[in-house]
Amino acid sequence: MWSRFAPPAGMDRRHFLSHMAGASALLGSSMSLGHSLRVHAETLKKNHKSCILLWMGGGPSSMDIWDLKPGTDNGGPFKAISTSGDLQICEHMPLMAKQMHHMSIIRSMSTREADHNRGRYYMHTGYVPDANVDYPSYGAVMSHELASQRPELEIPPFVSIGGASEGPGFLGMSWAPFSVSSTGRIRNLEMKLENDRLTQRRIALETIENSFIAQKRGSVLEDHRKVLGKTFDLLTSVQMKAFDVEKEPEEAKERYGKNGFGQGCLLARRLVEAGVPFAEVDLGGWDNHQGIFRTLENDRLPVLDKAMSALVEDLSQRGLLEDTCLVWMGEFARTPRINADAGRDHWARAWSVVVGGGGFQGGKAVGATSTDGTEVVGEPYSSEDLMASVCHALGISLETTFTSRNGRPMKIANSGKVIKDLFG
Amino acid sequence: MARIIQKRNLPPSAFTFRSVAVVVIVAVLTLLISAPNEWVRAADDEPVKSAVRKDSKRAKLPVQVGKIDASMVSSWADNHIKPSPHEDDVKWCRRVFLDVIGRIPSYDEFAEFAKDKSSDRKLTLVNRLLGEDRYTEEYANHWSSVWTNILIGRNGGMENRSLINRAGMQKYLRDCFALNKPYNDMVIELVTATGTTKPGTEGFNGATNFLAMKVNEENGTQATAAVSRIFLGLQVQCTQCHNHPFNQWKQQKFWEFNAFFRQSRALRKYVAGSTGRDVDHAEVVNQDFSGEGRRPEQAEIYYQLRNGLTKVAYPAFVDGTEIGKSGYVSQVNRRDELGKLMMESPFLDKAIVNRMWAHFLGYGFTKPIDDLGPHNPTSQPELFEELSSDFRAASYDLKQLIVWITMSQPYLLSSKITKDNVSDEPSLGESPKFSHFYTRQMNAEQLFQSLAVATQANRKGSLEEQQKKREDWMRQFVVAFGTDEGDETTTFNGSIPQSLMLFNGDLIREAISIEAGSWLHAMVQNKGTVSEKIQYLTIAGLGRKPRPEEVNVAQQLMAARKNDVGGMLQDMWWAILNSNEFIFNH
Repeated sequence: MWSRFAPPAGMDRRHFLSHMAGASALLGSSMSLGHSLRVHAETLKKNHKSCILLWMGGGPSSMDIWDLKPGTDNGGPFKAISTSGDLQICEHMPLMAKQMHHMSIIRSMSTREADHNRGRYYMHTGYVPDANVDYPSYGAVMSHELASQRPELEIPPFVSIGGASEGPGFLGMSWAPFSVSSTGRIRNLEMKLENDRLTQRRIALETIENSFIAQKRGSVLEDHRKVLGKTFDLLTSVQMKAFDVEKEPEEAKERYGKNGFGQGCLLARRLVEAGVPFAEVDLGGWDNHQGIFRTLENDRLPVLDKAMSALVEDLSQRGLLEDTCLVWMGEFARTPRINADAGRDHWARAWSVVVGGGGFQGGKAVGATSTDGTEVVGEPYSSEDLMASVCHALGISLETTFTSRNGRPMKIANSGKVIKDLFG
Repeated sequence: MARIIQKRNLPPSAFTFRSVAVVVIVAVLTLLISAPNEWVRAADDEPVKSAVRKDSKRAKLPVQVGKIDASMVSSWADNHIKPSPHEDDVKWCRRVFLDVIGRIPSYDEFAEFAKDKSSDRKLTLVNRLLGEDRYTEEYANHWSSVWTNILIGRNGGMENRSLINRAGMQKYLRDCFALNKPYNDMVIELVTATGTTKPGTEGFNGATNFLAMKVNEENGTQATAAVSRIFLGLQVQCTQCHNHPFNQWKQQKFWEFNAFFRQSRALRKYVAGSTGRDVDHAEVVNQDFSGEGRRPEQAEIYYQLRNGLTKVAYPAFVDGTEIGKSGYVSQVNRRDELGKLMMESPFLDKAIVNRMWAHFLGYGFTKPIDDLGPHNPTSQPELFEELSSDFRAASYDLKQLIVWITMSQPYLLSSKITKDNVSDEPSLGESPKFSHFYTRQMNAEQLFQSLAVATQANRKGSLEEQQKKREDWMRQFVVAFGTDEGDETTTFNGSIPQSLMLFNGDLIREAISIEAGSWLHAMVQNKGTVSEKIQYLTIAGLGRKPRPEEVNVAQQLMAARKNDVGGMLQDMWWAILNSNEFIFNH
């Protein structure tokens, strides 16, 4: 009786499970939502690009890191130093200075969201918070577009390391970030169960699951089944080795920095190597309303400098940088004016983000701010423009449109315009 | 089935969470077996009853139920949609247990409800959950968890050097809900609290934990933002630094509101005899405030405009009402004055009605629920206003509000989507029309408590120790954002880490254990056919009898386990606990 559920001879368990997943996916396709309508067929050609987002939670003071104003009232105590690119950065980023030929700074970001939650959402999605639509974040959008082109991928295509990232919005929970700590250790991964028994339990589970989905009680139930499928995939995949950042040689761990962010960047590199299209690494602690310069010099910048420079150099030495876009940003930056507590408050009107790798040209400063750092000089760029540029660098068509079931078309990156100066 | 229970050699503790004697259960079960149609009707293909309620039943219900129903009916007509039929009663029973006391019903609670054949059994059930002594503790615990998360977050009190005593916060809230303290009284206590944070210390007042970490740093800006957002539904945090383009609140208003908190401090109390100055707890006090201009009789505060200009602010409420400017507590106790002004504000009523509505129905009248500013659209504004003023007139009795909502049409409707209301899916961007119940996930607390009931877990220890165990388990899901405002989120959100926990986590291992003393072990030991045992599992977990395909799969598992009943039950129970039907509130 049971035999019809046993894996057919000659088919290994992993393979068998993937067939099971495929069979169950067919059952509920009529309930799927947010299906992506690809207008341009050329995006379907094979694309092995990836993206690593370095997320600086709290809003880093970009004018103390990437766009210094030494000698001005607002400039603060830090000096600017020359780099391997055609631009200067902060003296407390000496290791990055040697890698700047790979990276470019956009110094003319100008946004309007200076609240943490709103800013985090806007910078992650290209949309301001909207009471009626939950928009998908970078990781969800880009892994959604890229994962379908790498069917061999068994581990989650959107991994958030050491932080929460932002949700999948209307794409549904199966595109949610897979959150792991920077050690790469994943809780509850050990099933300790004989091979066949896992398959048998899965069949029992899917029996209950599918009958309930058939009752049409909402698309969240369909998403639940997809997440179950991904979880089964991951339980049985050899690709999970990518998370074993502990197995890296001591030398590499040292080079990235033996702290959460350093090891997180190292993990991100391993994931990209394994074919994961999107990884986000979180470094918080930038909400420096008080005593900002001490915190930056002694704490945040050394951590950032070490890890980020190691990541750029490592990707480059492994020949991965060409196909890996790097993005460094936070939800906004900080007031040019230094407040009474020697801190800086929230500021979104004029600030910098950093990009590199992928199709981006390195070593450039794009755009500029006024001498006092308060205004953008020349054309300002938005979150939408940045997202469009990253999509372009990743080979994702900007004509990609998502259509929710209620028929509302939503263009990828909210119709942002590619920042041309970033491309050669 | 009855035989199973009768002959079961259960450890005496297995039913201690309920005081019903085994004899009663046997009687109930016998009744079920002899008249199984009640459970059969719980099956999902049952033709559902008409959504139109008979007038005779309405008579017993509060008028607010009628108001909600009337508003919904006209809204559905305006939007050219039709509501789903009423949910099956037994499914609805599961829903109301989850939302009112934070867990699914036990096997015998399902049976008790199914046995009641009266036409008003739903109202009876709600009143029972709200009124009977056996539920007081669980009701209080559930709402204490909900409000602890609102007031101090899932992480509050867990951080190093925190001044918050989480147990103290919970104790205060449990007492509030056990006594059904009027909501306005709870708010004023939380806003004006003084005393110590830790139970057992002199001057203990658990309510102080709400503001203990919010008054010291950054001149109390966190207290400003939290009090206005949580209790008044006004999002002011953006206006701290600048006038917000979409918010009627201006920077001046933020600092005027902030001025109410400037007499307040949380003082650190150190561990007795410790040399390392380890903080044991905190004491929240009001102290004379001399103002930033050093003139206590007119204690002012300064804030900076974006252009660097400095401006002055004195305490004034959101509606512009000013209070005395003195910083001397003996002359003007600023937080006490704030509490009084809040009690007069209609935003107080709206904020709680919106929160409770969303708790039961999945979405509020606004999204997010704690932003009632004029820039944010409101659905069904007349109903929202009316319920809010009715709640004030009902002396802020939360239990009455719960009856109004749970007995109203939107809460009674099935979660099954029909062709006539398929467009009503708020997750896709439509404003909610409440034409069907919105299926949603249990939260982690609900899962924890539901497992305890379903597996009849004999969890050891006092209430506090059990709560501690739950909180330790909860911590794995909390992810903090790197901001000063302590923002956080949870990975218990339907994503892969949650699935992994439900596949393999300790809690699940415990739930599916067949060790001696476990629930499944007892079931194995007892007589009864395999299909009777399977039926017991599906009723305990899902509140319904097994479907034929599930019986079939269980039989196959039996063969695969080489007739080891324990192994089969383990596999089936694992599958049930991991299913959408279990983890969702539907």
